[in-house]
Amino acid sequence: MALAVSSRVPPVHGLGTPVALDGGTLVAHAMRQTRPDVVAAYPITPQTVITEAFSQFVANGEVHTEFVPVESEHAALSVCIGAAAAGARAQTATSGPGLALMWELLGVASGMRLPIVMHLCTRALSAPINILCDHSDAMAMRDTGWLLLFSENGQEAYDQAIIAVRLGEHPQVLLPVANVLDGFIVTHCVERALLLPDEVVSEFVGEYQPAYALLDLQRPVTVGGLDFQDFHMEHKRGQVEAMARAKGVLEGLFQEFAEISGRIYRLVEPYRLADAEVGVVVLGSTAGTVRYVVDRLRARGVRAGMLSIRSFRPFPALEVAAALAEVKAVGVLDRALAPGASAPPLFSDIASALAGVGLSKRLLGWVYGIGGREVLPQHIEGVFHTLADPSVPPGLVGWLGLREGR
Amino acid sequence: MLSLRPWYEEPPGGLLPYPGNSVEVDTGAWRSRRPVIALERCVHCMICWAFCPDSAFIVQDGRLIGVDLEHCKGCGICARECPKACIAMEPEPALTPA
Repeated sequence: MALAVSSRVPPVHGLGTPVALDGGTLVAHAMRQTRPDVVAAYPITPQTVITEAFSQFVANGEVHTEFVPVESEHAALSVCIGAAAAGARAQTATSGPGLALMWELLGVASGMRLPIVMHLCTRALSAPINILCDHSDAMAMRDTGWLLLFSENGQEAYDQAIIAVRLGEHPQVLLPVANVLDGFIVTHCVERALLLPDEVVSEFVGEYQPAYALLDLQRPVTVGGLDFQDFHMEHKRGQVEAMARAKGVLEGLFQEFAEISGRIYRLVEPYRLADAEVGVVVLGSTAGTVRYVVDRLRARGVRAGMLSIRSFRPFPALEVAAALAEVKAVGVLDRALAPGASAPPLFSDIASALAGVGLSKRLLGWVYGIGGREVLPQHIEGVFHTLADPSVPPGLVGWLGLREGR
Repeated sequence: MLSLRPWYEEPPGGLLPYPGNSVEVDTGAWRSRRPVIALERCVHCMICWAFCPDSAFIVQDGRLIGVDLEHCKGCGICARECPKACIAMEPEPALTPA
């Protein structure tokens, strides 16, 4: 492994049975292995691969889940909320417009502190209608109180699908978790991955032991009660605290997961960043492309590096600032727009993370991959070259791969 | 039980681990009209008691004796259902112009 085999193939290492599967099916295996009591989902591209594969596991008797083929995504998340409030382990999966239809329930799930796991296969929001990958759906749920974990490839999506169950159900957290995988790029591409044994996963996640459950007739509770000005603020304060606590809980779970899998995850993943002069910050599958370009530039003597954000919510601001502290120029790649805002979402978070610790840094931003627009190594190389050029003013530089005309 | 505790002592998500707590809360504060019963004409059939969505009719020894105005929201279902028409909905005194 010391030899850089080929950076185009994500390093797959650790324990498990090698399989060649698309990311969606890998996530469906994780769902089967984490044994949810209830799964409610509605088909939508590119998420459908997950629901199809999982419903086959149910039909084959490989998992004893109550699978509810609902009439809409609004119903899908409603069913999950009811199930989770009753004390069940509930999961769902969706994409873009499906997530938009879940909108009303996103805040209900997090506000009621229900540890639902959602596999979000990112897709552009209409209009113009588009089924391909960008992060406008994930960014639209940014402030709904869900934990958001981004994955680079099918292996990570599978591993995070397992970790997410423990994370949400942790008594110090009790929040819904979105396991984010890039539509088509991760959901549909067949990759080599390692499947953990069923019994190892089931032991890792254990049984859900809810502190309160509607079906616990010995200790009846009221959920969803009217919560006016004399209580609402206290409950919201508690919800924000749970999100903050999730950071430490997640780090602990990464350690525990490393023990069963041999795969070490961090809140943010630095790559060749320690001595980097130019660094790129990225979310999701594009980290693979950036890693490839970093290696190519390093071979030419350019001190390039990357920071991939795994835990987007909670946002590990201190870890981000520490990782970027010595980098001279930082480029942030956003796969979503924030029209009218001072900057796109990831750029804003990086800028405030740096400002929060008093770091003043040359910070440049690019929008890329909107509606599935291809992002190529030469685009990323261009980003690194611009970062190294002090004549380019900081701020949002432009859109990668856009037909600029002129 | 519904004390104003600091945020870190509140159960998660506004969940109430003790059911039946509405006896402690004045849920009738938003009433604009109140039922006034002509008890001398009441036959104690208990139709108002059965229809009331807020269980606000007070019954003692099988006889209706009054309305719990902390929980009556003034919907007027009782007045509509009363077979003896002995319940009248009257404006809340505080809302009547002086």
